[in-house]
Amino acid sequence: MSRIATFLTRRRGDGGRWHWTDVVTWLWLGAGLILMFGPAIWLVLSSFKTPAQLAEFPPTILPYVSETVAVTLNGETRNLPLYDVILSDGSADQLAELRRVGTVAQMIDPADPETVIKVPITDRRPVREVGFAWDNYLKPLEAFNFGQYLYNSVFVTVTATIITLITNSMAAFALSKYEFRGRNAVLLIIVATLMIPLSVNLVPLYSVISTLGLQNTLWGVILPTVATPTGVFLLRQYMLTIPDELIEAARMDKASEWQIYYRIVLPLTAPALAVLAIFSVVWRWNDFLWPLIVLSRKELFTLQVGLNTFAGELNVQWHYILAMTVATMIPVVIVFVFLQRFITTGIAGTGLK
Amino acid sequence: MSFALANTIGAVFAAPVRWLAASIDAPLRLWQRLTGKGGMIAFFLMPNIIVFGTFVIIPLFINFAYSVTGGNELFLTDRSFVGTQHFDRLLTCDNHFDPSSCRDDLFWTAVWNTARFVVVQVTTIAIVAMGTALILNSKIPARGFWRAVFFFPVLLSPVVVGLIWRWILQRQGLLNFVMIEMDLTPVNWLIERDWAFVAAVGVSVWAHVGFYALILLAGLQAIPRDLYEAAEMDGTRPARVFFRITLPLLWPNLLVVIVLALIRAVQIFDEVYVLTGGGPGTSTLYLTQYIYEIGFASILRNPGLASAASLMMGGVLIVLTLGQLGLQRWRDRA
Repeated sequence: MSRIATFLTRRRGDGGRWHWTDVVTWLWLGAGLILMFGPAIWLVLSSFKTPAQLAEFPPTILPYVSETVAVTLNGETRNLPLYDVILSDGSADQLAELRRVGTVAQMIDPADPETVIKVPITDRRPVREVGFAWDNYLKPLEAFNFGQYLYNSVFVTVTATIITLITNSMAAFALSKYEFRGRNAVLLIIVATLMIPLSVNLVPLYSVISTLGLQNTLWGVILPTVATPTGVFLLRQYMLTIPDELIEAARMDKASEWQIYYRIVLPLTAPALAVLAIFSVVWRWNDFLWPLIVLSRKELFTLQVGLNTFAGELNVQWHYILAMTVATMIPVVIVFVFLQRFITTGIAGTGLK
Repeated sequence: MSFALANTIGAVFAAPVRWLAASIDAPLRLWQRLTGKGGMIAFFLMPNIIVFGTFVIIPLFINFAYSVTGGNELFLTDRSFVGTQHFDRLLTCDNHFDPSSCRDDLFWTAVWNTARFVVVQVTTIAIVAMGTALILNSKIPARGFWRAVFFFPVLLSPVVVGLIWRWILQRQGLLNFVMIEMDLTPVNWLIERDWAFVAAVGVSVWAHVGFYALILLAGLQAIPRDLYEAAEMDGTRPARVFFRITLPLLWPNLLVVIVLALIRAVQIFDEVYVLTGGGPGTSTLYLTQYIYEIGFASILRNPGLASAASLMMGGVLIVLTLGQLGLQRWRDRA
């Protein structure tokens, strides 16, 4: 323990004294921790709150649920909310609410359900404990077709990533391992596409998709995204480092060019393929503008488009929106936790995002 | 552990790939015999060329065709030639600094909103990313953890980012609660024009700054240690070390970061659209949203006009991207 303390308070220099730069450093890091993680944590905590609790101000940090008590009245058992009540004689008691009329609540003692006690609502507070409103997560499955959106998002992400890996690695192989006329022209065209982001081509791309009959299909979302020049570049840079002698040796052994591609070059490119796969998954999962344009039928929405639509409704049902936002965030958080090192080195090395 | 895991995952993926690839080897061998190496090169390039051609190159030409034709029709053959009418409409202004004097006031509102956003956001990103990179590069315990902290929001989807902050910035949200606790006057973040701008900038910086900090950190780590050791031996003051060693050697990276941030800021859409929807009024309406609304969403739908506007934005982006590529080349050589 004390070693951890020494480690954590270790200071620059040998005097062990705090320099003003240390103060700045730790203030910056502390603020970063709160600002960067705080909002996501607040989202998760909020997503477990009941609608009534979400409307509370000031908000509580943890989610609470009101306690209820089962009361048998006239042979009928009902679950009634429990309240801490201050009675007119000043004594405190726990009573269940039967009904509320204006500012007066009719309450009963669960032990003696026959006598109704009238209490002004200002004199009572709901009894509650830390608890999670799992309904926020379960209800959207039926009410919002959440399962369908999840399926659509997974389908788009997986299919687009597989196609990206295949087409990009094939092109990268041709552009790195063969000398041919027009190679530089092809490279130049691919560089040029870097300059034409989706937002510039929105309208004509939509007309191409419509001509192909792909509007309102998931394929209409998938195919245009496969054309990422970054993938071709990343893989080509990596394949250039594979020695040509390997390929020459395979040719001597009568390997076909296709075999050279899939049995020699692809396995050796695995690390770069993994980086591209991770990026592609995150990109496609997060895509918003293009699916928003292509998909107008609700049953085809991806998670992102679905979320935006429900959040844009006049009467925002925040308790569902927050829970669905958390669910949408989970795959990316998993990628972050397990593959963060891959991604950060990938970015630092290539400037890819 | 992670290597073993990666190998296992790799093996699981590799098996079906191998099997599928092997199954088409025979026809491809025949193709190779018939067409030679050239045929195989064409085969390897074909899928990508088809995809790029269909979804990038052809649309670009259609974009030009759209921008000089009018009407609501989607298919080019149904559209009539109108010449430079769309460009005239977009560019005609009594005073270009005053959108209300323009024929298309919404476009110029979007242009000036975007310009203001770009300047403020990119400056903020450069400063915060620089500070973060410097601190992450200093001797701190658990550096990997801290790097991850700042990087975390980068992976979140823009919709998630927008919704998280819409929830926090609402009138009775967490931020206003914290502000009341600190004896500050609560603010209607997403309802007042100026505060909505602040929110849009702040949220987009929050979402992206980690990415740029990472690039700068890599640049800082590439600066040779012995330079600092020499400076230390000479007893150089820290400020001088920063301005004479760190900044000059990091400058190429910083420029790349600024240009990259510029390219992305000009196209800002997703998270701000989810956060504010362009509002209140048109105070956070940016160019991409203008193109999206004119092209698809609004009752004023006019694809030709949207194309003309997107071509103009494309012109700006091409200049910026050429700058970025040149800079990267210069940096990697330097």
